[in-house]
Amino acid sequence: MEDKYIIAKRIAMELSDGDLVNLGIGTPTLVADFIPADRHVILQSENGIVGIGPLSDVPTGSVNAGGNPATIVPGGSYIDSALSFSLIRGGHVDVTVLGALEVDQEGSLASWIIPGKKVPGMGGAMDLVVGAKKVIIATTHTNNGRPKILKKCALPLTAYRQVDLIVTELAVIAIEPDGLRLLEVHPDHTIAEVVSLTEAILKIDRVRPMKGVEA
Amino acid sequence: MRKFIVKSELIPLLKDGMTIMVGGFLANGSPEHLIDALLEAGVKDLTIIANDGGWEDRGVGRLIVAGRVKKLIASHIGTNPAAGRMMSAGTLDVDLVPQGTLVERIRAKGAGLGGILTPTGLGTIVQEGKTILTVANADYLLELPLGADLALLGGAIADCFGNLRYRGSMRNFNPIMALAADLVVAEVSEIIPELDPECVITPHPLVDFILEA
Repeated sequence: MEDKYIIAKRIAMELSDGDLVNLGIGTPTLVADFIPADRHVILQSENGIVGIGPLSDVPTGSVNAGGNPATIVPGGSYIDSALSFSLIRGGHVDVTVLGALEVDQEGSLASWIIPGKKVPGMGGAMDLVVGAKKVIIATTHTNNGRPKILKKCALPLTAYRQVDLIVTELAVIAIEPDGLRLLEVHPDHTIAEVVSLTEAILKIDRVRPMKGVEA
Repeated sequence: MRKFIVKSELIPLLKDGMTIMVGGFLANGSPEHLIDALLEAGVKDLTIIANDGGWEDRGVGRLIVAGRVKKLIASHIGTNPAAGRMMSAGTLDVDLVPQGTLVERIRAKGAGLGGILTPTGLGTIVQEGKTILTVANADYLLELPLGADLALLGGAIADCFGNLRYRGSMRNFNPIMALAADLVVAEVSEIIPELDPECVITPHPLVDFILEA
C-alpha cells in the first residue's frame, strides 16, 4: 500500500460515529475513503458545506476546499463562510486532519509558508488548528530523508501547541503535555528506525503494531 | 433607485483606486460578468478583498493577471501562480489573512462592530504588530473591521424585489460582503417572481444593483 493510503486508513480509525470532521487538501482528503461503514461521519468543507460527498466528474455548481466539483450527501447543508468558520473556531468541529511541512514536540505546526520559496497562504488552516477539538496531522515521516517531526519548527507556524496526534507511514505519535509518545510503529519497520528518522524526542514504553496494516 | 441594470450602466460607477470586495471561493460564486465590467472599464490600482487569488483565468485572478490590482487582501493565493510571481517581484502587495479572520473582519464591519477577538494566529507571524487582549484568562488577537467601497456578489438567484439566495456552495463570502460595502452589486443567473421569505439569504435592502447574466 502506498504511504498516503497507509496514513489515510490509520487516521480513519480515529473517527467516531457522529463526528463532524474537516479534512484538508491532499492526503487528508483520502481519509474519507477509509471511514468504516458502521460509522456515520459528517464531513465539513470550510468553503461552506456540512455533509460534503464524493467529488464529481462534472460541474455541480459546488466545490470542495480545493476547488474541485463536489456533491452533498442527504441531510447536508450549504452555509456561508462566517458560519463555516464559527463551526471551526467555535469548537463544533470534532476532528480536523491536515498536512504538515514540519511539526514539533510541543505540538506546534508549520504548514503554510516557505519564506522566499513558496507563499500560498494559510487559507483556513490556522482557524482549523486552533478551533477543532482534535487536530490530527497526516504527513510522511520525512521529506527527502530529512525528519519532519522536529524538536522545534523552523518554518513560520500555522499554530502554536495545538496538534494532538501525528500519523505517518511509519508511526502513530501522540502529543502529550510533556512531549511526544510513540504509540504505534508499522510492523515492517522497527522502533529504532522510527527514532532515527525523528528529530524530536520520543517517549517509548508501550509501542504497539500500527493498526490497519498487515505485517 | 432602479435595481436591475445592464453592464454599461455599471461602468461609470467604477473608479481607479477603489477598494472592492469580490465574493467567491476559488471562483466558485464569483461574479465573472462583473469582473468583466471591471476589466472593460479599465480601472486600475484596485485593492481587492477576496477569499483567495482565484485562478489565472477565473475569478479575481483575471484582474490580478491584467495588472489592475495594487493590493490583494486574501487568505490564499496558491492557485494563482501569477499572483505569487507578482508578489515576489513587488508589483502586487499581498496581505494574507486567516480565512476565518478575514470573513469575521468583514462581518464586523457590516455588523457595526469595532473589531473581533480571535485566538487564530496567536504565536504566529499573524500576530505581528497587533494588539493582544486577555479576556477571562485567555489571549486573543484584536482584528479590525474590513470594509470596501464596492462589493461584487455572485452565485445568486434574485427575485423581482432584489432578494437573493445562493446556489450550492456559491454562498461562501457573498452574503457577508453584502453588508460591508458602500455600494453592493450582485450578478444573478436567474430572476424569479418571488423567493420564499424563509429562504432569502440576502434581503433586498442590502442590494443596490443587480445584473442578470
